[in-house]
This record gives sequence, C-alpha cells and structure tokens, in this order.
Amino acid sequence: MVDKERLEAYWKKNLALIRNILIIWFIFGYVLAIIFVEPLNNIKLGGTPLGFWFAHQGSIYVFVALIFIYAKLIGKIDKEFDVEED
Amino acid sequence: MSLQVTTYIIVGLTFALYIGIAIWSRAGSTKEFYVAGGGVHPVVNGMATGADWMSAASFISMAGLIAFMGYGGAVFLLGWTGGYVLLALLLAPYLRKFGKYTVPEFFKTRYYSDGAAIVAVICLLIASTTYIIGQMTGVGVAFSRFLGVSNNLGVLIGMAIVFVYAVFGGMKGITYTQVAQYCVLILAYTIPAIFISLHLTGNPIPQFGLSSGFEGSDMYLLEKLDHIVKDLGFASYVNTPRLSKLNMFVYTMSLMIGTAGLPHVIIRFFTVPKVRDARSSAGWALVFIAILYTTAPSVAAMARLNLHATVNKAVVKGGDVFAPESSILIDERPNWMKRWEVTGLLKFTDKNGDGRIQYYNDKSKDKDFLAKAEAAGWKGNELSVNNDIMVLANPEIAKLPNWVIGLVAAGGLAAALSTAAGLLLAISSAISHDLLKNMFMKDLSEKGELMAGRIVMACAIVVAGYLGMNPPDFAAGTVAIAFGLAASSIFPALMMGIFSKTMNRQGAIAGMIAGIGVTMLYVFAHKGIFFIKGTEFLGLFGGKPNFFLGIEPNAFGTIGAIVNFIVAFAVKNMTTPVPHDIAEMVESVRYPKGAGAAVDH
Repeated sequence: MVDKERLEAYWKKNLALIRNILIIWFIFGYVLAIIFVEPLNNIKLGGTPLGFWFAHQGSIYVFVALIFIYAKLIGKIDKEFDVEED
Repeated sequence: MSLQVTTYIIVGLTFALYIGIAIWSRAGSTKEFYVAGGGVHPVVNGMATGADWMSAASFISMAGLIAFMGYGGAVFLLGWTGGYVLLALLLAPYLRKFGKYTVPEFFKTRYYSDGAAIVAVICLLIASTTYIIGQMTGVGVAFSRFLGVSNNLGVLIGMAIVFVYAVFGGMKGITYTQVAQYCVLILAYTIPAIFISLHLTGNPIPQFGLSSGFEGSDMYLLEKLDHIVKDLGFASYVNTPRLSKLNMFVYTMSLMIGTAGLPHVIIRFFTVPKVRDARSSAGWALVFIAILYTTAPSVAAMARLNLHATVNKAVVKGGDVFAPESSILIDERPNWMKRWEVTGLLKFTDKNGDGRIQYYNDKSKDKDFLAKAEAAGWKGNELSVNNDIMVLANPEIAKLPNWVIGLVAAGGLAAALSTAAGLLLAISSAISHDLLKNMFMKDLSEKGELMAGRIVMACAIVVAGYLGMNPPDFAAGTVAIAFGLAASSIFPALMMGIFSKTMNRQGAIAGMIAGIGVTMLYVFAHKGIFFIKGTEFLGLFGGKPNFFLGIEPNAFGTIGAIVNFIVAFAVKNMTTPVPHDIAEMVESVRYPKGAGAAVDH
C-alpha cells in the first residue's frame, strides 16, 4: 500500500508540473502572441512591436526553454519518488 | 567556375556523404531497422528529428509564405514549434516507456484491438503519403531549378539516393544521414540570411537584425517595411492576422497538436535509450528546429523589403513611390530577375506600356490609394512573385558567391530527402510490422520481417516517386490532410491512451472516426472530395466558405480533436469498461522505472 501511495503521489506531482508548464506555454503561444497582440504591439522592442515579436520569435525561445525546464524538474521528482530508471 | 558546375560539385559531395554514411550504418536486425538499435544519443536523435521534421516546405516555402502574410504567418512559426512542448510533456516519454516500435502497435495493445490499429495504420498511410508527395515534388523542383535537369529525372535521382540509405540502413541509416542533412540544410539556410541581415541592418545575426535599424535610414527595419507595404497599398506587415483572431487561434492549435500526433515524428522517440532521453531529446529537436524557425521571420521580412527595394527606388532613397522614375526600368532589372523569369516563378507584364515595372496592390480597399495609383498612370500590378523565390533567389538578391547558391540547392534537397526518408520508414513499419507481422503473418521470422520491411520500403519509394512526378489533386492538401488527420485522430487517441486509465476500445475507435469524419467533411466541403475539383459540396452548408465560425479548412483539426474527445468519452460511458490488465499497463507506463530498450512482444 505504501508503494501505491508513493506512486500516486508521484503521478499527482507530475500532472501538476505538466499543468503549470502548459499554462506558461499557453500564455506565450496564445495569450501574448494572438489574443492580446494589439495592446502589446503598442510597446516597442527596438523597432519591433512586442506582440509581433512574440508571435514571430520570442515564444519559440520560450517553448525551447520549457521543454528543458520540464525535463530537469521531472528528473528531480523521479529521484525524489524513486521511480528513476536504473 | 560556372554556377552550374559549382552547384553540381556541392550537391554531388553531399550525396556522396549520404551514401558513405549509409554504407557505414547498415541495419542487421529489425530492431536496427525500426528504431536504430534503440541506442541513439538524445542530442543526435534531436538533430535527426530536426531534419526529419523540416521538410521541403519549411525550407523552400515557409519564409515566402510569411513574407506575404506578415504577422498572420505566425500560425506556422508557433504551430510547428509549440507542438514539441506537447510531445515532450504528454507523449514522448510515455510512448518510450511503453516500448514498442510503431504508433499503431501502441493502439493495438492499449486498445486491445486490431481495429484500433487498423484505423491508426490507415491514418498514418494517408497522412504520410500526402506528405511524401510534397517532398518528392520538392526534390524535382530543386533539381530542375538549380541543376538544369528535368523535373522527372530529378525525382528519379532523389529516389535512387533515398533507396540506398533508407532500404539498406532502415532507421539506423536514416538517423545518421539525417544528422548530415541537418548540417547541410541549416548552413544553407543561415548563411544567406546572415549576409542579408548584415547588408540591410549591419547586424550579422538575422534574429537580431529583424529588430535593428535599417541601414542608411533613421528607421527600424520593420518600421520601414510596414511603412512601405502600406504605401504600396498592401496590408500592414505587423498587424494583419490570418482571417480572424479565432481562426489564428485554432489554426495554431491544429498545427501544434498535429505536429505532436504525426507518426513519423513520434517514432523518432522510440530510438533513444531511456525515458529521460525521450524528454530531453524533444528539447534538442526543438533547439535545432528553432535555429531555422527563428531565422525564417527575418528572412521573410528582409526578402520582402529587398523585393520592394529592387522594383521601386523610392523605397530605399525615400521620396515619392508614385513618381515615374521611382519604378525600375525593365531594361535595368537585375540578373536574378531574368534568371527566375525563365522558371515562371517571377512574371511581369508592362500593362501601362511605360517600360517600367510597377509592383503594388491593385486590389487594395483604400480608395485614396487607388486614386493616387491611377493618377500616377498605373494600370494594375505588373509583377507577380511566387512565394518560393524568397528563399531560392535570396543568395542572388544579396549578390552572394556561386557556392552559396549551390549550397541552397543542396539544402533544399537535404530538407526534402530527410523528411521523405522518415516518412518512408513510418510507412514501411506500418505495413511490414503492424499489418504483416502483427496481424496477417504472425509466424514471420525476424529475417523475413526485415526483408519484408525492405521490400515495402522499396515499393513505397517507387509509389512516392511516381506520385511526385504526377501529383494527384490531394497532394496540395498536406496541411489539411496530414495535420488534420494527426490532430483529429492520432493525438487525442494517444492522449487518452496515456492519461485515462478508463478509456476503452469502443470509445477510442468511435472518437477517432468521429474526429476524422468531421475534419475531412469540412475540408472536402471546401476543397472537393480528396481535392478533386468540382466535387466541393459547400452548398449543403449554406454555400459560404469557412461557414463554421469563420474557421478555414486547414485549421479545422482542432475542432475535429474536440469532437473526438467528446465522442470518445460519451461512447466509453455507454460500453463495457476497459479490462483490468490494460488499466494496469496504463498505470505502469506512468513511471519511468523499468523501461528496457524498445522491445518486440
């Protein structure tokens, strides 16, 4: 039973992490780049409107970072709950 | 040395490299053939995935598409990168833990039914075939435009090269050739971009060049571009969405979940040794993809600006774009224009007979603008430009040396061949492993299966080559068909297979069929049944295009996926629950511990 609880706790923690990362993914992929692009375009980054910059470049950098952040954090959780591969 | 000779040498060298790698990495077992032995380093796999993913369209067409769409082009940039986040978080590690060779195999085991596997095989074959035709035509295009051979001969040469390394090397040969192809294609893409960025903005890094000042003026590059396209009656570069905000939203989502659901991408993650490698490998794949995808918007903006600057001198010097002397004289047009006129990708007609070329938007809705154009004696737009020019002619526009032009040819070929090889492997494994070994010829020996895999691959190459030379109508529908199918059927079924312990066979199959049904119905209503002209049936739905909330057919995969989820859960609740051992298996897939290398059962 203890083992089962440990695994359940691991899965819960994993799902929470996935949810949090996907929220950030959604913010950069959709909220900043599509939904609120006009107001953001009033802010200029150099000569580039910010909303346009996220849509054409910035969000892609965030996507890359998110995968590595997830891989690192879930690796730690794997260790914590002893479900790591040998 | 002439351009032709230089191009031949560069393309010849890259082909020799691919064949050399193929000889070095022959596959000796089904495990090597399907998953490259299962021991590919995550960074190497990431690079191979990058080459696999970036197709002829990404390399040749995407920047041009964005150049003319402006901000709206973000659907491709976001959609074709953001899917990797979903892949890394939701699919790759679990499918790797599951430890099978193919996607239909997952469906067969998880949904304990051959029916589910067959639906998956059909989706896979339709999506992959549609996709591969585009690669084969891309090979033909690159050969005929740069090497002066006929389209069909180009496709034949491409087929021969893929045959050598895909049939003999299987996934192993494909993986290591893709690493080489990635290097070729990324150099070919970034080198011209660096020079153009340097030339236009003084900044050698194209990603930064996009936000830099425009050389020789006090304006920023994007400001200048936005200003000039509006002056010429086109829509704003930085503010124009693709149809509507909602359409952009669902379009981006369709491409993201479609990316995560494309079988030829997913099978790449069966090749790494461990679950944690599957996670990081998706990250590396996106790093290598992002190098091209963040360069593309710069290439797009700069190429568009270059094009306007070439035909209208007032663009750079300032002054009145309507002044007669601003438009370029036909006799003084640069050599690259003459070279590309021959291919038909660039055309002009001197409608007002003034010996100059006027390039503007004669369909502008701005009446003041049209009045000004008329007052200047302009009688309609005189130049038409194919999207592909924006990448293909880039080195010439930037006056780069011949070897760079040769490299672009080699890069286009690398992009097309690497994607074709990945698709061929997905097709061959679906037939030889999922249909033959797992269903119809269960006593097939390993040696026999390996031989079957090679024969199927060889046949697939011939079919793909033939379709590449004679593209059927549906070849034009890669985004609608391949991404539509992956988004509306494969992705939801995989998600539910991993994250729901209760999803059963009936629910999954009903969901997939409903998802595909709705998506294809919408696509075919607009574009004809399998894209055959004259079979459109929009009339059934009131006759107005994009009748569902203004969403275009290419973007409809998202809606299909939603339908899939709803139907699957509804049917699940009405039918027999999932067997106990399957629920246990789903549970075990959740924990990385105990994942051996990908195994056959």
